[in-house]
Amino acid sequence: MTGVTIAHAASPYDLGKPIDAARLSAWNIDVSPDGRGLPPGSGDVAHGRAVFAARCAMCHGAVGQGGVGDPLVGGAGTLASAKPVKTVGSYWPYATTLFDYIHRAMPYDHPESLSADEVYAVTAFVLNLNGIVPENARLDAHSLPKVRMPNRDGFVPDPRPARP
Amino acid sequence: MNDKRTTSPRRRRVLSGLGAASLATVLLPRARAAVAPLPVEPWSQQPGEPGLWHPYGLPSDFEKDVVRRISRPPAMPGATSTLTPLGDLFGAITPNGLVYERHHGGVPLIDPAQHRFVIHGLVKQAREFTLDDLMRFPSVSRVHFLECSGNTASEWKGPSGLPVQMTHGLLSCCEWTGVPLSTVLDEVGVAPEAKWFLAEGSDAAAMTRSIPLAKGLDDALLVYAQNGEHLRPENGYPLRLLLPGFEGNTNIKWLRRIKLAAEPFMTREETSKYTDLQADGLARQFVFEMDAKSVITRPSAGQHLGGPGFYPVSGLAWSGRGCITRVEVSMDGGKTWRDATLQGPVQSKAATRFEAGWHWDGAPADLQSRATDETGYVQPTRDALVAARGLNSYYHYNGIQNWQVAANGEIRNA
Repeated sequence: MTGVTIAHAASPYDLGKPIDAARLSAWNIDVSPDGRGLPPGSGDVAHGRAVFAARCAMCHGAVGQGGVGDPLVGGAGTLASAKPVKTVGSYWPYATTLFDYIHRAMPYDHPESLSADEVYAVTAFVLNLNGIVPENARLDAHSLPKVRMPNRDGFVPDPRPARP
Repeated sequence: MNDKRTTSPRRRRVLSGLGAASLATVLLPRARAAVAPLPVEPWSQQPGEPGLWHPYGLPSDFEKDVVRRISRPPAMPGATSTLTPLGDLFGAITPNGLVYERHHGGVPLIDPAQHRFVIHGLVKQAREFTLDDLMRFPSVSRVHFLECSGNTASEWKGPSGLPVQMTHGLLSCCEWTGVPLSTVLDEVGVAPEAKWFLAEGSDAAAMTRSIPLAKGLDDALLVYAQNGEHLRPENGYPLRLLLPGFEGNTNIKWLRRIKLAAEPFMTREETSKYTDLQADGLARQFVFEMDAKSVITRPSAGQHLGGPGFYPVSGLAWSGRGCITRVEVSMDGGKTWRDATLQGPVQSKAATRFEAGWHWDGAPADLQSRATDETGYVQPTRDALVAARGLNSYYHYNGIQNWQVAANGEIRNA
Protein backbone atom coordinates (compact mmCIF):
# COMPACT_ATOMS: atom_id res chain seq x y z
CA MET A 1 0.00 0.00 0.00
CA THR A 2 1.41 3.42 -0.86
CA GLY A 3 0.99 6.98 0.25
CA VAL A 4 -1.30 6.55 3.27
CA THR A 5 -1.14 9.62 5.47
CA ILE A 6 -1.19 9.01 9.17
CA ALA A 7 -4.05 11.17 10.34
CA HIS A 8 -7.46 10.51 8.90
CA ALA A 9 -10.65 12.52 9.16
CA ALA A 10 -13.72 10.82 10.58
CA SER A 11 -15.67 9.18 7.78
CA PRO A 12 -19.00 10.89 7.16
CA TYR A 13 -21.10 7.72 7.34
CA ASP A 14 -18.69 5.45 9.20
CA LEU A 15 -19.58 2.52 6.95
CA GLY A 16 -17.15 -0.29 6.22
CA LYS A 17 -14.02 -0.77 8.27
CA PRO A 18 -10.33 0.06 7.97
CA ILE A 19 -8.16 -2.46 6.13
CA ASP A 20 -4.40 -2.95 6.33
CA ALA A 21 -1.74 -4.17 3.93
CA ALA A 22 -1.68 -7.67 5.34
CA ARG A 23 -5.37 -8.26 4.68
CA LEU A 24 -4.97 -6.81 1.18
CA SER A 25 -1.88 -8.77 0.28
CA ALA A 26 -3.49 -11.48 -1.86
CA TRP A 27 -5.46 -8.91 -3.90
CA ASN A 28 -2.83 -6.18 -4.19
CA ILE A 29 -1.10 -7.80 -7.15
CA ASP A 30 -1.14 -5.03 -9.75
CA VAL A 31 2.12 -4.05 -11.38
CA SER A 32 2.88 -0.54 -12.62
CA PRO A 33 5.24 0.40 -15.47
CA ASP A 34 7.84 1.68 -12.99
CA GLY A 35 7.92 -1.76 -11.41
CA ARG A 36 5.91 -0.99 -8.30
CA GLY A 37 4.02 -4.11 -7.30
CA LEU A 38 6.54 -6.61 -8.71
CA PRO A 39 7.09 -9.33 -6.09
CA PRO A 40 10.35 -10.91 -4.95
CA GLY A 41 11.60 -13.77 -7.10
CA SER A 42 13.13 -14.22 -10.54
CA GLY A 43 13.01 -16.41 -13.60
CA ASP A 44 15.08 -17.11 -16.69
CA VAL A 45 14.30 -18.00 -20.30
CA ALA A 46 15.22 -21.67 -19.87
CA HIS A 47 12.81 -22.18 -16.97
CA GLY A 48 10.21 -20.17 -18.86
CA ARG A 49 10.53 -22.50 -21.84
CA ALA A 50 9.58 -25.43 -19.63
CA VAL A 51 6.68 -23.68 -17.92
CA PHE A 52 5.38 -22.41 -21.27
CA ALA A 53 5.42 -25.87 -22.81
CA ALA A 54 3.51 -27.28 -19.84
CA ARG A 55 0.99 -24.50 -19.13
CA CYS A 56 0.74 -22.14 -22.13
CA ALA A 57 1.49 -23.92 -25.39
CA MET A 58 -1.86 -25.73 -25.56
CA CYS A 59 -3.58 -22.40 -26.30
CA HIS A 60 -0.81 -20.11 -27.53
CA GLY A 61 1.11 -22.61 -29.66
CA ALA A 62 4.51 -24.22 -29.02
CA VAL A 63 6.37 -21.07 -30.09
CA GLY A 64 3.65 -18.56 -29.26
CA GLN A 65 2.26 -18.46 -32.77
CA GLY A 66 -1.31 -18.56 -31.45
CA GLY A 67 -4.15 -21.04 -31.67
CA VAL A 68 -7.17 -20.93 -29.44
CA GLY A 69 -5.29 -18.14 -27.62
CA ASP A 70 -3.84 -14.95 -29.06
CA PRO A 71 -0.55 -15.05 -30.98
CA LEU A 72 2.24 -13.79 -28.73
CA VAL A 73 4.99 -13.45 -31.33
CA GLY A 74 5.39 -11.72 -34.66
CA GLY A 75 3.79 -8.81 -36.45
CA ALA A 76 6.75 -6.45 -36.16
CA GLY A 77 6.46 -3.62 -38.66
CA THR A 78 2.86 -4.42 -39.64
CA LEU A 79 0.98 -1.82 -37.61
CA ALA A 80 0.67 0.73 -40.44
CA SER A 81 -0.14 -1.91 -43.05
CA ALA A 82 -3.50 -3.13 -44.29
CA LYS A 83 -3.22 -6.24 -42.12
CA PRO A 84 -1.66 -5.29 -38.77
CA VAL A 85 -0.73 -8.11 -36.39
CA LYS A 86 -0.75 -7.02 -32.76
CA THR A 87 1.35 -9.23 -30.47
CA VAL A 88 3.43 -8.80 -27.32
CA GLY A 89 6.44 -8.00 -29.44
CA SER A 90 4.85 -5.80 -32.07
CA TYR A 91 2.32 -3.89 -29.99
CA TRP A 92 2.65 -4.04 -26.18
CA PRO A 93 4.27 -0.89 -24.79
CA TYR A 94 5.36 -2.24 -21.38
CA ALA A 95 6.94 -5.54 -20.33
CA THR A 96 5.57 -5.12 -16.79
CA THR A 97 2.05 -5.53 -18.22
CA LEU A 98 3.03 -9.03 -19.29
CA PHE A 99 3.91 -9.99 -15.71
CA ASP A 100 0.74 -8.37 -14.36
CA TYR A 101 -1.52 -10.09 -16.87
CA ILE A 102 0.04 -13.56 -16.75
CA HIS A 103 -0.06 -13.53 -12.96
CA ARG A 104 -3.71 -12.43 -12.62
CA ALA A 105 -5.38 -14.09 -15.61
CA MET A 106 -3.29 -17.00 -16.91
CA PRO A 107 -3.28 -19.84 -17.64
CA TYR A 108 -6.89 -19.46 -18.72
CA ASP A 109 -8.05 -22.58 -16.94
CA HIS A 110 -6.30 -21.78 -13.63
CA PRO A 111 -5.42 -18.12 -13.16
CA GLU A 112 -3.12 -17.04 -10.32
CA SER A 113 -1.71 -20.56 -10.09
CA LEU A 114 1.80 -19.72 -11.27
CA SER A 115 4.38 -18.72 -8.66
CA ALA A 116 6.20 -15.40 -8.93
CA ASP A 117 9.32 -17.23 -10.16
CA GLU A 118 7.29 -18.99 -12.85
CA VAL A 119 5.67 -15.74 -13.99
CA TYR A 120 9.11 -14.05 -14.26
CA ALA A 121 10.33 -17.09 -16.20
CA VAL A 122 7.42 -17.20 -18.64
CA THR A 123 7.67 -13.45 -19.11
CA ALA A 124 11.35 -13.84 -19.98
CA PHE A 125 10.57 -16.67 -22.40
CA VAL A 126 7.84 -14.74 -24.25
CA LEU A 127 10.10 -11.69 -24.50
CA ASN A 128 12.89 -13.93 -25.79
CA LEU A 129 10.58 -15.44 -28.42
CA ASN A 130 10.04 -11.89 -29.62
CA GLY A 131 13.78 -11.14 -29.70
CA ILE A 132 13.47 -8.55 -26.92
CA VAL A 133 15.66 -10.25 -24.28
CA PRO A 134 18.57 -12.64 -24.94
CA GLU A 135 18.53 -16.41 -24.31
CA ASN A 136 20.46 -16.01 -21.04
CA ALA A 137 18.12 -13.35 -19.62
CA ARG A 138 16.93 -13.61 -16.02
CA LEU A 139 14.20 -11.19 -14.99
CA ASP A 140 13.22 -9.89 -11.58
CA ALA A 141 11.67 -6.80 -9.97
CA HIS A 142 14.82 -4.82 -10.77
CA SER A 143 15.42 -5.81 -14.39
CA LEU A 144 11.90 -6.25 -15.76
CA PRO A 145 10.91 -2.56 -15.64
CA LYS A 146 14.11 -1.73 -17.56
CA VAL A 147 13.09 -3.80 -20.58
CA ARG A 148 12.12 -1.35 -23.31
CA MET A 149 9.45 -2.70 -25.64
CA PRO A 150 9.70 -1.93 -29.37
CA ASN A 151 6.27 -0.24 -29.42
CA ARG A 152 6.85 1.81 -26.29
CA ASP A 153 6.23 5.06 -28.20
CA GLY A 154 3.37 3.70 -30.28
CA PHE A 155 0.48 5.28 -28.39
CA VAL A 156 -1.09 8.71 -28.57
CA PRO A 157 -3.78 10.34 -26.45
CA ASP A 158 -7.42 10.49 -27.58
CA PRO A 159 -7.68 13.66 -29.73
CA ARG A 160 -11.52 13.80 -29.53
CA PRO A 161 -13.63 15.84 -29.37
CA ALA A 162 -11.34 18.41 -30.98
CA ARG A 163 -10.62 15.95 -33.83
CA PRO A 164 -12.72 12.98 -35.00
CA MET B 1 -75.45 -12.88 -32.80
CA ASN B 2 -78.53 -10.76 -33.49
CA ASP B 3 -80.96 -11.95 -36.15
CA LYS B 4 -80.95 -9.04 -38.57
CA ARG B 5 -84.53 -9.82 -39.59
CA THR B 6 -85.86 -9.15 -36.10
CA THR B 7 -87.03 -5.61 -35.73
CA SER B 8 -88.12 -4.45 -32.31
CA PRO B 9 -90.70 -1.67 -32.01
CA ARG B 10 -87.84 0.71 -31.11
CA ARG B 11 -85.85 -0.37 -34.13
CA ARG B 12 -88.90 0.14 -36.41
CA ARG B 13 -89.26 3.67 -35.04
CA VAL B 14 -85.56 4.35 -35.70
CA LEU B 15 -85.75 2.93 -39.20
CA SER B 16 -88.89 4.84 -40.07
CA GLY B 17 -87.13 8.01 -38.91
CA LEU B 18 -84.33 7.51 -41.43
CA GLY B 19 -84.43 8.72 -44.98
CA ALA B 20 -84.73 6.31 -47.87
CA ALA B 21 -81.03 6.45 -48.59
CA SER B 22 -80.21 5.60 -45.00
CA LEU B 23 -82.68 2.76 -45.06
CA ALA B 24 -80.88 1.36 -48.06
CA THR B 25 -77.59 1.64 -46.17
CA VAL B 26 -79.06 -0.22 -43.23
CA LEU B 27 -80.45 -2.89 -45.52
CA LEU B 28 -77.29 -3.33 -47.58
CA PRO B 29 -75.23 -5.34 -45.02
CA ARG B 30 -77.66 -8.22 -45.33
CA ALA B 31 -76.94 -8.30 -49.04
CA ARG B 32 -73.09 -8.77 -48.53
CA ALA B 33 -71.43 -12.21 -48.85
CA ALA B 34 -71.29 -13.90 -45.41
CA VAL B 35 -67.86 -13.70 -43.57
CA ALA B 36 -66.77 -16.08 -40.86
CA PRO B 37 -67.55 -14.71 -37.44
CA LEU B 38 -64.64 -14.18 -35.03
CA PRO B 39 -64.16 -17.46 -33.21
CA VAL B 40 -64.61 -17.94 -29.52
CA GLU B 41 -61.08 -19.19 -28.79
CA PRO B 42 -60.28 -22.11 -26.48
CA TRP B 43 -58.65 -19.75 -24.01
CA SER B 44 -61.94 -17.91 -23.62
CA GLN B 45 -63.75 -21.09 -22.70
CA GLN B 46 -61.73 -22.35 -19.77
CA PRO B 47 -59.73 -20.83 -16.93
CA GLY B 48 -56.07 -20.15 -17.70
CA GLU B 49 -52.86 -20.80 -15.77
CA PRO B 50 -53.01 -20.03 -12.07
CA GLY B 51 -51.44 -16.94 -10.55
CA LEU B 52 -47.87 -17.64 -9.44
CA TRP B 53 -47.57 -20.17 -12.24
CA HIS B 54 -44.04 -18.62 -12.56
CA PRO B 55 -42.80 -17.14 -9.27
CA TYR B 56 -40.25 -15.29 -11.44
CA GLY B 57 -42.21 -14.29 -14.53
CA LEU B 58 -41.12 -15.17 -18.04
CA PRO B 59 -42.19 -13.93 -21.48
CA SER B 60 -44.84 -15.70 -23.50
CA ASP B 61 -43.70 -18.84 -25.30
CA PHE B 62 -44.59 -16.97 -28.48
CA GLU B 63 -41.62 -14.65 -27.72
CA LYS B 64 -39.12 -17.49 -27.44
CA ASP B 65 -37.00 -16.13 -30.30
CA VAL B 66 -36.36 -12.88 -28.44
CA VAL B 67 -33.10 -13.91 -26.80
CA ARG B 68 -29.46 -12.94 -26.67
CA ARG B 69 -27.29 -14.48 -29.38
CA ILE B 70 -23.60 -14.88 -30.12
CA SER B 71 -22.09 -14.05 -33.47
CA ARG B 72 -19.79 -17.09 -33.57
CA PRO B 73 -18.94 -19.96 -31.24
CA PRO B 74 -16.11 -18.72 -29.00
CA ALA B 75 -12.76 -20.44 -28.63
CA MET B 76 -13.26 -20.27 -24.86
CA PRO B 77 -16.88 -20.30 -23.62
CA GLY B 78 -16.12 -17.62 -21.04
CA ALA B 79 -14.37 -15.24 -23.42
CA THR B 80 -17.20 -14.08 -25.60
CA SER B 81 -19.97 -11.56 -26.20
CA THR B 82 -23.71 -12.03 -26.41
CA LEU B 83 -25.92 -9.55 -28.21
CA THR B 84 -29.21 -7.85 -27.31
CA PRO B 85 -32.09 -8.48 -29.79
CA LEU B 86 -32.59 -4.78 -30.48
CA GLY B 87 -34.97 -5.39 -33.40
CA ASP B 88 -37.52 -7.01 -31.09
CA LEU B 89 -37.51 -4.52 -28.23
CA PHE B 90 -39.46 -1.37 -27.40
CA GLY B 91 -38.88 1.87 -25.54
CA ALA B 92 -35.44 2.74 -24.26
CA ILE B 93 -34.95 0.20 -21.46
CA THR B 94 -33.41 -3.22 -22.02
CA PRO B 95 -35.03 -6.00 -19.98
CA ASN B 96 -32.54 -7.58 -17.55
CA GLY B 97 -32.57 -10.97 -19.21
CA LEU B 98 -31.54 -9.45 -22.53
CA VAL B 99 -28.75 -7.09 -21.45
CA TYR B 100 -25.68 -7.85 -23.54
CA GLU B 101 -22.65 -9.66 -22.15
CA ARG B 102 -18.95 -9.39 -22.72
CA HIS B 103 -16.70 -11.53 -20.56
CA HIS B 104 -13.02 -12.45 -20.60
CA GLY B 105 -13.05 -15.23 -18.01
CA GLY B 106 -16.60 -16.46 -17.69
CA VAL B 107 -19.32 -15.47 -15.19
CA PRO B 108 -18.39 -15.98 -11.53
CA LEU B 109 -21.22 -17.04 -9.24
CA ILE B 110 -20.56 -14.89 -6.18
CA ASP B 111 -22.16 -15.24 -2.75
CA PRO B 112 -22.97 -11.63 -1.87
CA ALA B 113 -22.41 -12.35 1.83
CA GLN B 114 -18.81 -13.30 1.04
CA HIS B 115 -18.09 -10.47 -1.37
CA ARG B 116 -15.87 -7.62 -0.21
CA PHE B 117 -15.05 -4.32 -1.86
CA VAL B 118 -11.90 -2.37 -0.99
CA ILE B 119 -10.71 1.16 -1.70
CA HIS B 120 -7.02 1.73 -1.03
CA GLY B 121 -3.85 3.34 -2.39
CA LEU B 122 -3.56 7.13 -2.27
CA VAL B 123 -6.37 7.55 0.26
CA LYS B 124 -6.41 8.80 3.83
CA GLN B 125 -7.77 5.52 5.22
CA ALA B 126 -8.14 2.36 3.20
CA ARG B 127 -11.45 0.64 3.92
CA GLU B 128 -13.21 -2.59 3.11
CA PHE B 129 -16.97 -2.79 2.62
CA THR B 130 -19.54 -5.55 2.56
CA LEU B 131 -22.41 -5.33 0.12
CA ASP B 132 -24.66 -4.45 3.05
CA ASP B 133 -22.36 -1.53 3.84
CA LEU B 134 -22.60 -0.24 0.28
CA MET B 135 -26.38 -0.57 0.27
CA ARG B 136 -26.54 1.56 3.40
CA PHE B 137 -24.96 4.56 1.70
CA PRO B 138 -27.36 7.14 0.22
CA SER B 139 -28.40 5.71 -3.13
CA VAL B 140 -29.24 7.08 -6.56
CA SER B 141 -30.98 5.54 -9.56
CA ARG B 142 -29.86 6.67 -13.00
CA VAL B 143 -30.75 5.54 -16.52
CA HIS B 144 -27.61 4.97 -18.60
CA PHE B 145 -26.67 3.01 -21.69
CA LEU B 146 -23.84 0.53 -21.71
CA GLU B 147 -22.04 -0.11 -24.99
CA CYS B 148 -19.05 -2.26 -25.81
CA SER B 149 -16.46 -0.24 -27.69
CA GLY B 150 -16.32 -3.11 -30.17
CA ASN B 151 -20.01 -2.73 -31.06
CA THR B 152 -20.69 -2.51 -34.80
CA ALA B 153 -17.07 -3.35 -35.69
CA SER B 154 -18.58 -5.56 -38.41
CA GLU B 155 -19.39 -2.49 -40.52
CA TRP B 156 -15.96 -0.83 -40.82
CA LYS B 157 -15.26 -2.23 -44.28
CA GLY B 158 -18.79 -1.82 -45.59
CA PRO B 159 -22.22 -3.39 -45.02
CA SER B 160 -21.76 -6.79 -43.46
CA GLY B 161 -25.19 -8.16 -44.35
CA LEU B 162 -25.87 -8.88 -40.68
CA PRO B 163 -29.11 -7.96 -38.88
CA VAL B 164 -29.31 -5.29 -36.19
CA GLN B 165 -28.83 -7.72 -33.28
CA MET B 166 -25.47 -8.72 -34.73
CA THR B 167 -24.37 -5.27 -35.88
CA HIS B 168 -25.48 -3.16 -32.89
CA GLY B 169 -26.42 -5.63 -30.15
CA LEU B 170 -23.54 -4.84 -27.78
CA LEU B 171 -25.74 -2.01 -26.47
CA SER B 172 -28.18 -2.00 -23.58
CA CYS B 173 -29.80 0.60 -21.34
CA CYS B 174 -30.94 0.12 -17.76
CA GLU B 175 -31.89 2.05 -14.70
CA TRP B 176 -28.88 1.47 -12.43
CA THR B 177 -29.13 1.85 -8.64
CA GLY B 178 -26.17 2.29 -6.35
CA VAL B 179 -24.03 4.77 -4.47
CA PRO B 180 -22.05 7.51 -6.19
CA LEU B 181 -18.36 6.61 -6.10
CA SER B 182 -17.69 10.19 -4.98
CA THR B 183 -19.64 9.50 -1.77
CA VAL B 184 -17.50 6.46 -0.98
CA LEU B 185 -14.30 8.33 -1.93
CA ASP B 186 -15.31 10.94 0.65
CA GLU B 187 -15.55 8.11 3.15
CA VAL B 188 -11.92 7.07 2.62
CA GLY B 189 -10.52 10.52 1.89
CA VAL B 190 -8.62 11.15 -1.33
CA ALA B 191 -4.92 12.08 -1.12
CA PRO B 192 -4.12 15.22 -3.14
CA GLU B 193 -1.58 13.48 -5.40
CA ALA B 194 -4.14 10.89 -6.61
CA LYS B 195 -5.04 11.34 -10.29
CA TRP B 196 -6.11 7.85 -11.44
CA PHE B 197 -7.68 4.77 -9.99
CA LEU B 198 -7.42 1.09 -10.86
CA ALA B 199 -10.72 -0.78 -10.90
CA GLU B 200 -10.47 -4.56 -10.58
CA GLY B 201 -12.99 -7.35 -10.90
CA SER B 202 -13.03 -10.63 -9.01
CA ASP B 203 -13.70 -12.83 -12.05
CA ALA B 204 -11.15 -15.32 -13.41
CA ALA B 205 -9.79 -12.58 -15.65
CA ALA B 206 -9.37 -10.22 -12.66
CA MET B 207 -10.14 -7.57 -15.24
CA THR B 208 -8.46 -4.22 -14.58
CA ARG B 209 -8.71 -0.74 -16.09
CA SER B 210 -7.15 2.59 -15.05
CA ILE B 211 -9.71 5.39 -14.86
CA PRO B 212 -9.09 9.13 -14.42
CA LEU B 213 -9.97 10.11 -10.86
CA ALA B 214 -11.95 13.05 -12.29
CA LYS B 215 -14.50 10.53 -13.63
CA GLY B 216 -14.64 8.84 -10.26
CA LEU B 217 -15.45 12.15 -8.61
CA ASP B 218 -17.97 13.06 -11.33
CA ASP B 219 -20.82 10.66 -12.19
CA ALA B 220 -19.25 7.26 -11.50
CA LEU B 221 -21.49 4.85 -9.59
CA LEU B 222 -20.99 1.67 -7.58
CA VAL B 223 -24.14 -0.17 -8.61
CA TYR B 224 -25.84 -3.22 -7.16
CA ALA B 225 -29.17 -3.11 -9.01
CA GLN B 226 -30.39 -2.93 -12.59
CA ASN B 227 -34.02 -2.19 -13.54
CA GLY B 228 -35.28 -2.55 -10.03
CA GLU B 229 -33.64 -5.82 -8.99
CA HIS B 230 -30.15 -6.90 -8.00
CA LEU B 231 -27.64 -7.16 -10.81
CA ARG B 232 -27.78 -10.32 -12.85
CA PRO B 233 -24.71 -12.60 -12.48
CA GLU B 234 -23.72 -12.01 -16.09
CA ASN B 235 -23.92 -8.25 -15.58
CA GLY B 236 -21.77 -8.14 -12.47
CA TYR B 237 -23.67 -9.52 -9.45
CA PRO B 238 -23.35 -8.37 -6.74
CA LEU B 239 -21.42 -5.13 -7.55
CA ARG B 240 -20.17 -3.34 -10.62
CA LEU B 241 -18.64 -0.01 -11.55
CA LEU B 242 -20.83 2.18 -13.74
CA LEU B 243 -19.05 4.94 -15.66
CA PRO B 244 -21.78 6.75 -17.61
CA GLY B 245 -20.87 7.20 -21.25
CA PHE B 246 -17.52 5.36 -21.05
CA GLU B 247 -16.51 2.23 -23.00
CA GLY B 248 -18.29 -0.85 -21.72
CA ASN B 249 -15.12 -2.62 -20.57
CA THR B 250 -14.33 0.16 -18.08
CA ASN B 251 -17.57 -0.62 -16.22
CA ILE B 252 -15.82 -3.36 -14.29
CA LYS B 253 -18.11 -6.20 -13.22
CA TRP B 254 -17.87 -8.22 -10.02
CA LEU B 255 -15.95 -5.22 -8.65
CA ARG B 256 -13.69 -6.01 -5.71
CA ARG B 257 -11.07 -3.28 -5.59
CA ILE B 258 -10.36 0.35 -6.40
CA LYS B 259 -6.80 1.61 -5.91
CA LEU B 260 -5.93 5.29 -6.22
CA ALA B 261 -2.60 6.28 -7.74
CA ALA B 262 -0.76 9.16 -9.39
CA GLU B 263 -0.31 7.39 -12.77
CA PRO B 264 -2.26 4.89 -14.87
CA PHE B 265 -1.31 1.25 -14.38
CA MET B 266 -1.02 0.32 -18.09
CA THR B 267 -3.03 -2.88 -17.75
CA ARG B 268 -3.40 -5.41 -20.53
CA GLU B 269 -6.89 -4.12 -21.37
CA GLU B 270 -5.71 -0.53 -21.96
CA THR B 271 -2.59 -1.38 -23.92
CA SER B 272 -2.87 -4.56 -25.95
CA LYS B 273 -6.67 -4.27 -26.22
CA TYR B 274 -9.12 -1.35 -26.28
CA THR B 275 -6.65 0.90 -28.05
CA ASP B 276 -7.52 2.22 -31.51
CA LEU B 277 -4.93 1.66 -34.25
CA GLN B 278 -4.68 4.53 -36.70
CA ALA B 279 -3.65 4.32 -40.35
CA ASP B 280 -0.18 5.66 -39.44
CA GLY B 281 0.48 2.73 -37.11
CA LEU B 282 0.14 4.73 -33.90
CA ALA B 283 -2.72 3.81 -31.58
CA ARG B 284 -5.04 6.00 -29.55
CA GLN B 285 -5.04 5.10 -25.86
CA PHE B 286 -7.58 5.89 -23.12
CA VAL B 287 -10.39 6.44 -25.59
CA PHE B 288 -13.13 6.56 -22.98
CA GLU B 289 -16.26 8.31 -24.22
CA MET B 290 -18.69 6.60 -26.59
CA ASP B 291 -19.61 9.16 -29.27
CA ALA B 292 -23.21 9.84 -30.37
CA LYS B 293 -24.72 7.01 -32.37
CA SER B 294 -28.09 5.84 -33.58
CA VAL B 295 -29.64 2.94 -35.46
CA ILE B 296 -33.11 2.13 -36.83
CA THR B 297 -34.19 -1.09 -35.13
CA ARG B 298 -37.50 -1.46 -36.96
CA PRO B 299 -37.77 -1.92 -39.92
CA SER B 300 -34.29 -3.38 -40.14
CA ALA B 301 -32.40 -6.13 -41.96
CA GLY B 302 -34.05 -9.53 -41.77
CA GLN B 303 -37.50 -8.04 -41.14
CA HIS B 304 -40.11 -7.80 -43.85
CA LEU B 305 -42.71 -5.20 -44.84
CA GLY B 306 -46.05 -6.66 -45.94
CA GLY B 307 -46.73 -4.06 -48.60
CA PRO B 308 -47.03 -0.34 -49.24
CA GLY B 309 -48.61 1.70 -46.47
CA PHE B 310 -47.85 3.49 -43.25
CA TYR B 311 -44.99 2.23 -41.04
CA PRO B 312 -43.35 3.74 -37.98
CA VAL B 313 -39.58 3.91 -38.43
CA SER B 314 -38.24 3.40 -34.92
CA GLY B 315 -34.82 3.11 -33.32
CA LEU B 316 -32.43 4.15 -30.59
CA ALA B 317 -29.97 7.01 -30.21
CA TRP B 318 -27.38 7.52 -27.48
CA SER B 319 -24.29 9.56 -26.62
CA GLY B 320 -21.61 9.17 -23.99
CA ARG B 321 -21.22 12.95 -23.85
CA GLY B 322 -24.73 13.86 -22.73
CA CYS B 323 -28.25 14.13 -24.10
CA ILE B 324 -29.38 13.34 -27.61
CA THR B 325 -30.86 16.56 -28.98
CA ARG B 326 -31.93 15.45 -32.47
CA VAL B 327 -32.41 12.36 -34.59
CA GLU B 328 -33.00 12.69 -38.31
CA VAL B 329 -34.13 9.92 -40.61
CA SER B 330 -33.68 9.47 -44.33
CA MET B 331 -35.61 7.12 -46.63
CA ASP B 332 -33.39 7.81 -49.66
CA GLY B 333 -29.96 6.74 -48.41
CA GLY B 334 -28.96 10.08 -46.92
CA LYS B 335 -29.92 12.45 -49.75
CA THR B 336 -32.71 14.09 -47.77
CA TRP B 337 -33.37 14.10 -44.03
CA ARG B 338 -36.22 14.96 -41.69
CA ASP B 339 -36.55 15.04 -37.93
CA ALA B 340 -37.86 12.07 -36.00
CA THR B 341 -39.73 12.46 -32.73
CA LEU B 342 -37.74 11.75 -29.58
CA GLN B 343 -39.72 9.76 -27.04
CA GLY B 344 -39.09 11.29 -23.62
CA PRO B 345 -37.76 11.60 -21.12
CA VAL B 346 -34.50 12.28 -22.93
CA GLN B 347 -31.78 11.58 -20.37
CA SER B 348 -28.06 12.24 -20.35
CA LYS B 349 -25.86 9.31 -21.43
CA ALA B 350 -28.96 7.15 -21.85
CA ALA B 351 -30.60 5.48 -24.83
CA THR B 352 -33.39 7.53 -26.38
CA ARG B 353 -36.16 6.00 -28.52
CA PHE B 354 -36.95 7.88 -31.72
CA GLU B 355 -39.73 7.35 -34.23
CA ALA B 356 -40.79 8.81 -37.57
CA GLY B 357 -43.86 8.02 -39.65
CA TRP B 358 -43.27 6.70 -43.17
CA HIS B 359 -45.81 6.29 -45.96
CA TRP B 360 -44.10 3.63 -48.05
CA ASP B 361 -45.07 3.78 -51.70
CA GLY B 362 -43.65 0.34 -52.43
CA ALA B 363 -40.54 1.59 -54.26
CA PRO B 364 -37.04 0.54 -53.13
CA ALA B 365 -35.80 2.68 -50.24
CA ASP B 366 -32.70 3.13 -48.10
CA LEU B 367 -33.46 3.90 -44.44
CA GLN B 368 -30.89 5.70 -42.26
CA SER B 369 -30.84 7.60 -38.97
CA ARG B 370 -28.43 10.29 -37.82
CA ALA B 371 -28.07 11.47 -34.20
CA THR B 372 -26.92 14.82 -32.81
CA ASP B 373 -25.96 15.27 -29.16
CA GLU B 374 -25.88 18.27 -26.86
CA THR B 375 -22.26 19.07 -27.75
CA GLY B 376 -23.36 19.64 -31.36
CA TYR B 377 -21.59 16.48 -32.53
CA VAL B 378 -23.35 14.80 -35.45
CA GLN B 379 -23.10 11.05 -36.08
CA PRO B 380 -20.76 10.64 -39.07
CA THR B 381 -21.08 8.56 -42.20
CA ARG B 382 -18.92 5.46 -42.52
CA ASP B 383 -16.77 7.25 -45.09
CA ALA B 384 -16.10 10.18 -42.75
CA LEU B 385 -15.20 7.82 -39.93
CA VAL B 386 -12.79 5.80 -42.08
CA ALA B 387 -11.19 9.02 -43.34
CA ALA B 388 -10.53 10.01 -39.72
CA ARG B 389 -9.56 6.64 -38.24
CA GLY B 390 -8.42 4.34 -41.03
CA LEU B 391 -9.70 0.78 -41.39
CA ASN B 392 -7.91 -0.90 -38.46
CA SER B 393 -9.28 1.07 -35.52
CA TYR B 394 -11.69 -1.78 -34.70
CA TYR B 395 -13.23 -0.01 -31.70
CA HIS B 396 -15.57 3.01 -31.56
CA TYR B 397 -17.43 2.50 -34.83
CA ASN B 398 -20.45 4.85 -34.73
CA GLY B 399 -21.20 5.38 -38.42
CA ILE B 400 -24.66 5.93 -39.88
CA GLN B 401 -26.34 2.57 -40.61
CA ASN B 402 -28.25 1.87 -43.84
CA TRP B 403 -31.10 -0.64 -44.26
CA GLN B 404 -32.05 -1.35 -47.86
CA VAL B 405 -35.77 -1.97 -48.50
CA ALA B 406 -36.65 -3.86 -51.71
CA ALA B 407 -39.93 -3.49 -53.58
CA ASN B 408 -41.02 -6.92 -52.32
CA GLY B 409 -40.65 -5.71 -48.72
CA GLU B 410 -37.44 -7.60 -47.97
CA ILE B 411 -34.91 -5.61 -45.95
CA ARG B 412 -31.14 -6.12 -46.14
CA ASN B 413 -28.02 -4.69 -44.53
CA ALA B 414 -26.58 -3.47 -47.80
